[in-house]
Amino acid sequence: MGLREQDIDSILDVYPAKVKRNRKKHILLRDTALETQEIEANARTIPGIISNRGCAFAGCKGVVLGPLKDFVHIVHGPIGCAYYTWGTRRNKARIEDPKQYFLNYCFSTDMQESDIVFGGEKKLAGMIDEVVETFHPNAIAVTATCPVGLIGDDIQAVAREAEKRHGVPVMAFNCEGYRGVSQSAGHHIANNGLMEHVIGRGDLEEPPTRFAVNMLGEYNIGGDSWEIERVLRDIGYEVIAVMTGGGSFETLKNAHVANLNLVQCHRSINYIADMLEKKYGTPWLKINFIGINNTIQSLRNMAVYFGDAKLQERTEEVIAREMSRVEPVLEQYRKICQGKTAFCFVGGSRGHNYQGIFAELGVETILAGYEFAHRDDYEGRAIIPQIKINADNQNIPELTVEPDKKRFRMKVSPEKMAELQEKIPLCEYKGMIVEMQSSSLIVDDLNHFETEAFIERLKPDIFCSGIKDKYVAHKMGVPSKQLHSYDYSGPYYGFKGAVKFAQDITMGFVSPTWNYITPPWKNKPLLKGDVQKEEVQNVGLYTKRT
Amino acid sequence: MRQIAIYGKGGIGKSTTTQNTVAALVEMGRRVMVVGCDPKADSTRLLLGGLNQKTVLDTLRDEGEDIDLADVLKNGYGNTRCVESGGPEPGVGCAGRGIITSINLLESLNAYEGMDYIFYDVLGDVVCGGFAMPIREGKAREIYIVASGEMMALYAANNISKGVERYAKTGGVRLGGIICNSRNVDNELELLTAFAEELGTQLIHFVPRDNMVQRAEINRKTVIAYEPEHAQADEYRTLAGNIDSNEMFVIPKPMTQERLEELLMKHGVLG
Repeated sequence: MGLREQDIDSILDVYPAKVKRNRKKHILLRDTALETQEIEANARTIPGIISNRGCAFAGCKGVVLGPLKDFVHIVHGPIGCAYYTWGTRRNKARIEDPKQYFLNYCFSTDMQESDIVFGGEKKLAGMIDEVVETFHPNAIAVTATCPVGLIGDDIQAVAREAEKRHGVPVMAFNCEGYRGVSQSAGHHIANNGLMEHVIGRGDLEEPPTRFAVNMLGEYNIGGDSWEIERVLRDIGYEVIAVMTGGGSFETLKNAHVANLNLVQCHRSINYIADMLEKKYGTPWLKINFIGINNTIQSLRNMAVYFGDAKLQERTEEVIAREMSRVEPVLEQYRKICQGKTAFCFVGGSRGHNYQGIFAELGVETILAGYEFAHRDDYEGRAIIPQIKINADNQNIPELTVEPDKKRFRMKVSPEKMAELQEKIPLCEYKGMIVEMQSSSLIVDDLNHFETEAFIERLKPDIFCSGIKDKYVAHKMGVPSKQLHSYDYSGPYYGFKGAVKFAQDITMGFVSPTWNYITPPWKNKPLLKGDVQKEEVQNVGLYTKRT
Repeated sequence: MRQIAIYGKGGIGKSTTTQNTVAALVEMGRRVMVVGCDPKADSTRLLLGGLNQKTVLDTLRDEGEDIDLADVLKNGYGNTRCVESGGPEPGVGCAGRGIITSINLLESLNAYEGMDYIFYDVLGDVVCGGFAMPIREGKAREIYIVASGEMMALYAANNISKGVERYAKTGGVRLGGIICNSRNVDNELELLTAFAEELGTQLIHFVPRDNMVQRAEINRKTVIAYEPEHAQADEYRTLAGNIDSNEMFVIPKPMTQERLEELLMKHGVLG
């Protein structure tokens, strides 16, 4: 079981020497005896190699902004970018105000050739006017696609003017697809914009209760957030804003009043988490609501943060109640899952966050990695000062925030902070590597060739990634589960979600489909015949058999 | 049909030289069309007697895709066909893409039918792929570069030759010669002759400087239309004749910056 360094070397031997050197830096064989292990990440994909990454526009509009339901999201560009980021990510939202729900609409300026030649600013301004007149949305987000940056449309100025004209918040995001090595650049652009234009715009000065939290980096795929919110409310928390699954301008604008920010997906939202701490004095807690143990640990850590006896008591009550419901059910799935192995290659945080639930079910994660994460998601935030700025990662401006004169309130004193940090991951994330077993494999920006090579060598029982590589695994006879969109299933978070997840992957293991992977002609003949008599004829120089 | 593109540094006199040459070709009985490839749309002013041409791109924007040739094509001096590609206002949109769009449209409308000559008058330097459109994909087959004895004009001419060289290798475009539009720089003729030779081409004609050109221009006319008997009109007739009988079409050999400066030292004002 497991690979050695020389095995990895031999797999990579098909690459030209320079490519091999590059890819080796993105592949790590875990050795728990070592205190630290380095991996290269957030670097440009080698041209010609097919990997899973998206673009800055996909990260900004598709991931972070897209789920905000009372925004009208205008995509400034030709129609494809709008259409293919519309409703494909399974981020669900409840309709609270039917007049302020726009996720079922797709808005685009649908740029044509003459808009490229003459510039698209007028068309964009006209569209904003039309949107305001028809829909009266709480807010409008304009996102730029590649050609907008090339022809230099000043969408920031168009947005500013439109906001003045209509008195409706209009914000523009220069998230042209080519602005980064992956979608990660787009997350950063979206984070900056939400911080600049939305958070803190509300009038609320005090939270409605002491136990007020925001959920950051939670996108409500398949209803994940609803399951977490159910448990949190039951314990006594008030969820002010979810960023951004099911979220809205109305809730985000008051996110500054929360007493704690919970960070689920570190990669896509850590910028906001960090800025909220600097601007409003609100610390963030790295939580993980995937898997029973992680969920319980996260709930207990929250209770430790607030240090309230009643809250702690209620936390334990809820945990006990939920456990009594799910534990017996999980047990039956465990019997099937026990001893299986998994690849877990997802996103910028899920590649790590899903390993806990696999372990609980008895499934060992033998290969994990991220599509677009940075070194801190692998090695922990302590590495951030050492990350070198280069052409690949410097193109998104850092937003500098100052403590808000009126609203900054230090939620915990430096002494208390130090004390809490001993017990809980407050304003801290230690990354994926530290939690992985020796001889497991960590691969950054896994590509098509390596996917096949590693599946062939390691023969995992399940392959968890996204839609682009799902069917590669299927064709190799390995069940696969999309951990981006959940293949129409979910929720997978929290207590109920853990059961659903266990059920889904068990279904993958026991499906009779895999018995039909080997076609019948591989094992038994399709034609039958008898050899009756062999005649040998001499025909000139040749001997001919008939 | 001969398809010719005129390039050169901004302000060197491309449009004036082109229109005067076209007028002379018309006199010789040639049927000529001029396609202005400059967003300013001033390449056909002397042939039309003013800036009264609706551009291809403006028409596309106002009327949509369904355009008749008559909407964008005007007859000028001696029945020359005049078209202006047009483009966005300065500072917005993408002028390069505009040229590509309008040339494609002209082709789809069969605008070139029955012509002996098509002249593309292209803006300044070849700043991006759009402005190289006339020399890509086998549109213009011959290039003439307008230059003078001033260093920046030669520098631009050398740069344009690099573009011609690139597309000569993939398509059929060739350099037909250098046209000197004199600025009365000392030793200009020697310098331009040496420059053309170094590029592997010829100085196809040396057009002397004469204020008659400016006088005719103010009257919205070519010299040939304004003062047909003037000596300057004969200069343009010679240029037109040389182009008409030209048989020297080469792939240019652009020089390094150092070599260009050497030439200037040897033959130019200091020579």
